[in-house]
Amino acid sequence: MYMKFQGSWRVPVAGIISVVLLAAGCSSGSSTAGGQAPKSTAGNTVKVGVLQSLSGTMAISEVAVKNSALLAIKEINASGGVLGKQIEPLVEDGESKPEVFAQKSEKLITTDKVSVVFGGWTSSSRKAMKPVVEGTKSLLFYPVQYEGLEVSPNIFYTGATTNQQIVPALDYMKEKGLTKVFLVGSDYVFPRTANKEIKAYAAANGMEVLGEEYLQLGDTNVQGIVSKVLDAKPQVVFNTLNGDSNVSFFKELKAKGNTPSAIQTVSVSIAEEEVPGIGVDNLAGNLVSWNYYQTTDNARNRAFVAAYQKEYGADKPTSDPMEAGYNSVYLWKAAVEKAGSFEVGKVRTAAAGVTIDAPEGTLTVDAKNHHVFKTARIGMINAKGQIDEVWNSGKPVAPDPCLDTYAWAGGLATGQARAECDAVK
Amino acid sequence: MSTLLGNLYIGLTLASIFLLVGLGLTFTFGQMGVINMAHGEFIMAGAYVPFVLQTTVFASLQGVALLVALPVAFAVAGLLGLVLERLLLRRMYGRPLDTLLVTFGVSLLLQQAAKDLFSANNKDVVTPTFLRGQWNVLGVSMTHARLFVLLLVAVALAGVWVFLTRLPAGRRMRAVMQNRDLAAVSGLPTARVDATTFFLDSGLAGLAGVAVALIGPIGYGTGTGYILSAFLVVIVGGFGKLRGAVIAAVVLGLLNAYVEHFTSSTIGKVAVFGFVVLFLQFRPNGIVSLRTRGLTA
Repeated sequence: MYMKFQGSWRVPVAGIISVVLLAAGCSSGSSTAGGQAPKSTAGNTVKVGVLQSLSGTMAISEVAVKNSALLAIKEINASGGVLGKQIEPLVEDGESKPEVFAQKSEKLITTDKVSVVFGGWTSSSRKAMKPVVEGTKSLLFYPVQYEGLEVSPNIFYTGATTNQQIVPALDYMKEKGLTKVFLVGSDYVFPRTANKEIKAYAAANGMEVLGEEYLQLGDTNVQGIVSKVLDAKPQVVFNTLNGDSNVSFFKELKAKGNTPSAIQTVSVSIAEEEVPGIGVDNLAGNLVSWNYYQTTDNARNRAFVAAYQKEYGADKPTSDPMEAGYNSVYLWKAAVEKAGSFEVGKVRTAAAGVTIDAPEGTLTVDAKNHHVFKTARIGMINAKGQIDEVWNSGKPVAPDPCLDTYAWAGGLATGQARAECDAVK
Repeated sequence: MSTLLGNLYIGLTLASIFLLVGLGLTFTFGQMGVINMAHGEFIMAGAYVPFVLQTTVFASLQGVALLVALPVAFAVAGLLGLVLERLLLRRMYGRPLDTLLVTFGVSLLLQQAAKDLFSANNKDVVTPTFLRGQWNVLGVSMTHARLFVLLLVAVALAGVWVFLTRLPAGRRMRAVMQNRDLAAVSGLPTARVDATTFFLDSGLAGLAGVAVALIGPIGYGTGTGYILSAFLVVIVGGFGKLRGAVIAAVVLGLLNAYVEHFTSSTIGKVAVFGFVVLFLQFRPNGIVSLRTRGLTA
């Protein structure tokens, strides 16, 4: 038996490969469409969907967004609900898989008849839900910063688009004289698109891009890339790495004796939640770009942080995507109250120009492109793992998903993105 | 010149990680025909050990915590392996595909257990002072953390070699590996030898965990990032062969480093897998294959 095994190595090898592949996309469960649900706004409640990944690789980030949305719902219910109705959240698990996001959003909309869906994190999950919400003419609030180049009549984007996160970071770098840049990112749509925009900006603003390297998502073999960065001697690394690669990357940079005063880094995917896992030691003094930090100093934010930590634990940090998830619910409430109705068409029209006082400051929904005016903030990670604001844009930046107001960005928005932006001009 | 040497260093340190994560697997695979998908989770268990020690018992002694973590991680992962072998795997020897599925299930269970124990967020192991910094030799900067991993591999290799060639338990292990039936009729307690092998190999995974904790993320998914490299080393090296595993790790590490330097990280990986595919066409049993007189070999 054991000797035979020696000869038939092919079977186990094929087995290993298939199991490894299986692990990448292990599937479970599906929603069952029960009987006809009652109309969502009948009675004293209004149903809303909360669709985030509660399992799979993205769960680590998305569970917190689900929590903050539920906190907002709880607060609103405690203060009388929306149009006199209590909000009833239906939580679904997107399982970190775009196809599940599509299927669950459809279930929430057509079977459960929710008035609105809050959810999504990865761009692929948003792209999967887009045809569903457009086809059913319903509403989706998407809470995470993304690569821009998209506008949908049925989606409200409550995280930053590129000109509210990446462009301000580039402006800041230019202002500080950090003009020799090295681009490091994970190999998927967001970093690739972001880097295309950064290169266009650099060309027009006298900045020099010394290199551009990508790691597979989750890859921790960073020595080659770090040595390329150190050899190129940039002043700053623009970092669009996501997830575990960041841990190895910053550990290696630190071990090689780099300090932020030698080569600075600017990251757009590292928030308060990720800092402890990468190591405060490895990150202190490095820069990030977001619209909100736990330390953002105003009464509204102090109340938000206190409420969040009371609900979920005193050691739980708040971060930009969570705050955007929380804001989404309040923005929807404001639009519904302005419309005096839960009807999607009326809510959508009423949403234009709606303003709320959010933990990050005043938020206003753009009348046309369904993005939100947000204040851009550059932060420096401190020795306690919190992020201190070192610069902000002074006032909320108008969202410009196709970068039409930037001369250097001409030609970046093409095809579908171009058509979508032109449709709302 | 420094590029050439620099990548030699990168390749060798990469090889050291390949080898450390693959070392344990080579014997469970070779001797027992067990495809242990939970090997990665034993690495994960080991990686959590220095974190736990640094945040509890040795809160102010990070260096001590790391050194103590080495034997503790060996024991923790070894015991996990022993339990897995005694409870499940001993019932399915000779059925490699069954072990693959069962251990895959166990790996999912262990990942969930880690999430429940430590939360889904990554944890950080503080690098002790004596492992910070670097040496510059001939224009190549070598970080102490990576050199520590190299040293650890050297020690682990020496340990395994001494065990296999000098100690009676090691000789019994080799006997079972070469011909299980003959070993059994000669009076060797093969079941006990299997248990020992599993303990040692899982323990080595625990050691690997401490090493990777210094240079990479520590979370419930840590093991999945290394399991593929571990299997590559075993398959290319030849089942149950120390020399084969060393050569395989070094070849794959250097290939990855040099190709990546001149192209990109992605192409570096493609080169490694392309090489493995080609290599297995010519030597399907790996670099060093077991010679037997068995008719079925």
